[in-house]
Amino acid sequence: MKLLTHNLLSSHVRGVGPRGFPLRLQATEVRISPVEFNPDFVARMIPKLHLVEVPKGPIEGYEHDEKFLRQMHHVLLEVDVLEGTLQCPESGRLFPISRGIPNMLLSDEETET
Amino acid sequence: MPQEIKSLLSLFGGQFISSQETYGKSPFWILSIPSEDIARNLMKRTVCAKSIFELWGHGKSPEELYNSLKNYPVEKMVPFLHSDSTYKIKIHTFNKTLTQEEKVKRIDALAFLPFEGKVNLKKPQHIFSILEDYGLDPNCIPENPHNIYFGRWIADGQRELIESYSVKKRHFIGNTSMDAGLSFIMANHGKVKENDIVFDPFVGTGGLLIASAHFGAYVYGTDIDYNTVHGLGKASRKNQKWRGPDENIRANLRQYGLEKYYLDVLVSDASKPSWRKGTYFDAIITDPPYGIRESTRRTGSQKEIPKGMEKCPESHVPVSLSYHLSDMFFDLLNFAAETLVLGGRLVYWLPVYTPEYTEEMVPWHPCLKLISNCEQKLSSHTSRRLITMEKVKKFENRDQYSHLLSDHFLPYQGHNSFREKYFSGVTKRIAKEEKSSQE
Repeated sequence: MKLLTHNLLSSHVRGVGPRGFPLRLQATEVRISPVEFNPDFVARMIPKLHLVEVPKGPIEGYEHDEKFLRQMHHVLLEVDVLEGTLQCPESGRLFPISRGIPNMLLSDEETET
Repeated sequence: MPQEIKSLLSLFGGQFISSQETYGKSPFWILSIPSEDIARNLMKRTVCAKSIFELWGHGKSPEELYNSLKNYPVEKMVPFLHSDSTYKIKIHTFNKTLTQEEKVKRIDALAFLPFEGKVNLKKPQHIFSILEDYGLDPNCIPENPHNIYFGRWIADGQRELIESYSVKKRHFIGNTSMDAGLSFIMANHGKVKENDIVFDPFVGTGGLLIASAHFGAYVYGTDIDYNTVHGLGKASRKNQKWRGPDENIRANLRQYGLEKYYLDVLVSDASKPSWRKGTYFDAIITDPPYGIRESTRRTGSQKEIPKGMEKCPESHVPVSLSYHLSDMFFDLLNFAAETLVLGGRLVYWLPVYTPEYTEEMVPWHPCLKLISNCEQKLSSHTSRRLITMEKVKKFENRDQYSHLLSDHFLPYQGHNSFREKYFSGVTKRIAKEEKSSQE
């Protein structure tokens, strides 16, 4: 699972709503896989991210800041969590990640109607 | 399919203008396209169209063709005919074979055109073509062509993609893997372009993602079936027992050199998505299960287990086998309305029981505009329709319920028993055949 994906996922356990984000990530196995750098794609993704740690948002003109884009590229697309868990910050419910694939299935009782 | 061309033209800033009424049946269409660049871009994407020519003249007889050519502005011809250039003239006849002598005669008849360049059969700068249309019926070939066209060849389409991406050669396939040609058509209907994010909520073995990745989009997929997503379990290929370690969606993309476009796949229930609120997808392109060869499922509750429902051991969550089709499309349209960017497209197959089908049955949503609806026959009484919709309105929460009040939603309810209707036809036919073989 890439960290870009982690930034787009949220818990949908019943009653949790917007407090289901961000899922707490615990990684037991991580792999760095090189991916061809595409500055246009990375620049497109930045506005879609929810950057919790950066209240003012990215600096103006980030689309042309190659150093910044390369750093974001590495973090978002090259860090691959192979094994671990995602945890709903509100309910504590765990979603396992195995072989790089998160399992987000919840039963009827657990989800919102 | 004219719909593929329409979608591509709007992707490249052109418009579909056709003066012909019968283009649906004829293999030849006359289109107005603003520039040669747009025409070339179109041909770099289409798998339906074979070639495109700049039309210089046409007619229903050789005389009409020659008159038409004499009326074509000379200043438009001259750049391609001047003495420094090289050219060649080809003839294509559709539904008829001509002798070499007949072909030469036709080319010689064009001597009145102001060709000043040199003929080069091997590597000409410009290729001109005479196209003769002898109709579509191989059992009834007319003496004279219905139509003759003459034009300057611009580019060929992407038909060879169908062969190079053929499912026969793909490492990882499933029972219902989409035919390569159709998956490219769907990506074209979705106006997929470079740096888009494309999502398939019923991803299966990932066939639809491959076409989008080929056009430069980054791809996400989800599926409720843990084994399929992980590439585990019994293989779909004949004579193969179990899937190998390299059989999964990521490996399929790697096979075509498209691995960099792989974002992630997740095990997830399309009716209970896990995306944070927002608009992420430029296109959602999918083939939802019809309940025939793959079951329609969603996660269920503990109470449903005794009915003999499938339990997925890895996920420890009971998976119910009864997900009504109409609910599934309701969820899909709502999901698309919520997560597509404005202008983004939803492209999906809708199974229908043909005797009862009416256009009103096509699911609708206040945020999505219906762009096209194309039929593909599956059997004598069933077909599926390729539906393309575009998000034209921002999603507000109340949209989730307003269309429930519409009649449009209710007619599709009948299709909940699509599975029974499909099989009822099959059962009737088998009974009929058995009866006639006994007589």
